[in-house]
Amino acid sequence: MSALGEQAVRTGPDLAGRRRREARRRQLNVIGGRVLVAVVILGGWELGARATVIDRFFWSQPSDIAATLWRWFTEGTDLGPLWLQVLVTMEETVGGFVVGSVFGVIFGVVLGRNRLLSDVLGPYIKGANAIPRVVVGALFAVSLGLDIKAKIATAAVLVFFVVFFNAFQGVREVDRNLIANARILGADDRRLTTEIIIPSALSWIVASLHTSFGLALVGAVVGELFGATEGIGELIYLSKNLFDTAGVFAGMALLAATALVAEALITALEDRLIRWRPPVATETRI
Amino acid sequence: MTPAIELRGVTKRFLAPSGGIYTALRDLNFEVEPGEFCAVVGPTGCGKSTTLALISGLEPPSEGEVEVFGQSVGGIAEGIGYVFQSDAVFPWKTVLENVAAGPRYRGVSNRDARERARDWITRVGLAGFEDRYPYQLSGGMRKRVALAQSLINGPRILLMDEPFSALDVQTRTLMENELLNLWSATSASVVFVTHDLEEAISLSDRVFVITAGPGTVKSTYKVDLPRPRNVAEIRFQPRFVEIYEEIWKDLRDEVLVSYERQKRGAA
Ligand SMILES: Nc1ncnc2c1ncn2[C@@H]1O[C@H](COP(=O)(O)OP(=O)(O)O)[C@@H](O)[C@H]1O
Ligand SMILES: [Mg+2]
Repeated sequence: MSALGEQAVRTGPDLAGRRRREARRRQLNVIGGRVLVAVVILGGWELGARATVIDRFFWSQPSDIAATLWRWFTEGTDLGPLWLQVLVTMEETVGGFVVGSVFGVIFGVVLGRNRLLSDVLGPYIKGANAIPRVVVGALFAVSLGLDIKAKIATAAVLVFFVVFFNAFQGVREVDRNLIANARILGADDRRLTTEIIIPSALSWIVASLHTSFGLALVGAVVGELFGATEGIGELIYLSKNLFDTAGVFAGMALLAATALVAEALITALEDRLIRWRPPVATETRI
Repeated sequence: MTPAIELRGVTKRFLAPSGGIYTALRDLNFEVEPGEFCAVVGPTGCGKSTTLALISGLEPPSEGEVEVFGQSVGGIAEGIGYVFQSDAVFPWKTVLENVAAGPRYRGVSNRDARERARDWITRVGLAGFEDRYPYQLSGGMRKRVALAQSLINGPRILLMDEPFSALDVQTRTLMENELLNLWSATSASVVFVTHDLEEAISLSDRVFVITAGPGTVKSTYKVDLPRPRNVAEIRFQPRFVEIYEEIWKDLRDEVLVSYERQKRGAA
């Protein structure tokens, strides 16, 4: 059939059906591709380890890691049941994430609104930000003890700076026209902050939450490495001391899985909080 | 009778980004009667937006007096509506929330504010779109929201900064007619800034021509065309053409000055 005839056929409702089929095919391709990547990497690793190209003692192998995960799952870990370790680390992470985000937003908004205060405190905050922040984990392990407080504090410090800078920038970037409009409409300072500044800064803040949840997890694990009795970080630390690299990798896999779940939750939160934004094409998300 | 708006010997200087001082307006004198519809025309950058900012109280004058209903303006003046040049409806509020914002900020209860907002949304022809967010509206619809958002507060003075310049010609004519309808039901004075002389004449009772910056009033013209007007047709009336030619002679010189300057600036 000629190209012209083909075009004539592809009109009307047929087009919508074609689009749907194409989208479905595309999705299948993506999933297939993902499986392929996993098979290539894990398979290569496993084969490399069996052919002794990769040293099993230092780099372990996927089947060992899977076996360790299974053992943890069915028989529990050396520290107790697996779910408890995951729960403890999640508590520390979420606690640090919430505390750090709340303080970050409050400081960001207050300093963003107050020029004098931000000029006075600016150099201190920049200086504090320049310190490699995981070292505060050592400080908190000493001053706050070995329980959950030290881990929450470490995670919160990591989260705070990211959220703070984003909230601050978000407040500073508020469209001046919108502020002028709100003032003309009669908004007082409080209304200006709650109805214009914060909603406008929210897209910046929420964007920073993606990064900062990962950082909270880092903070919690680092806190556990500095001294703890439970948690995924402690599990990794213990495995390291036993030269059990499969255990280290198994811990890492758990952390990665937790982070992915959290990422999905934050994306859902973002869609709820920022409904007013034109929907982002899903393909651009990763 | 006290004029609705009075600017006496107003000069406005800005700190230019280069560090120097830029005079945007020089010795501007300007009076608007209660209920009068005035248009302000002038080349780009002559200080039209600045003039509105001074009247609204968003900016203080560097010299001179700005009075609204006999009261010297210091800070945001009462009873002012302002439709901004760029989109200024709140993107995170729905149409209903946007229109209800003014009454709520002025202490009206949430329920009453929404009730009144619904009424105004209908009046500007947006019934059925209450729950949309601005990104889901066309440019013309967003302007309607902005108009309702201002008018709901019953302003005694309505400032409009090139409100329709971004719209296509058909939508613009439609909006101009609707603006005249809405305005005729109020007793508000309007200051309507535009760079389109046709629009200025079709809408207004009086046209101010501002000089190329630093801006000052070069001349004023009365537009003695009868009301109610149909903007789509009024431009074919012989009297309209006469007025147009008269004002254009004046405006052309200023536009040329501004154009020459831009060319030199760009070179
Ligand atoms: N906040 C400001 N700071 C510095 N310069 C400004 C500011 N606002 C306006 N100007 C300058 O004043 C002049 C007049 O601006 P504006 O009133 O926006 O002109 P128009 O609305 O007639 O195009 C322009 O040259 C502009 O660059
Ligand atoms: Mg302007």
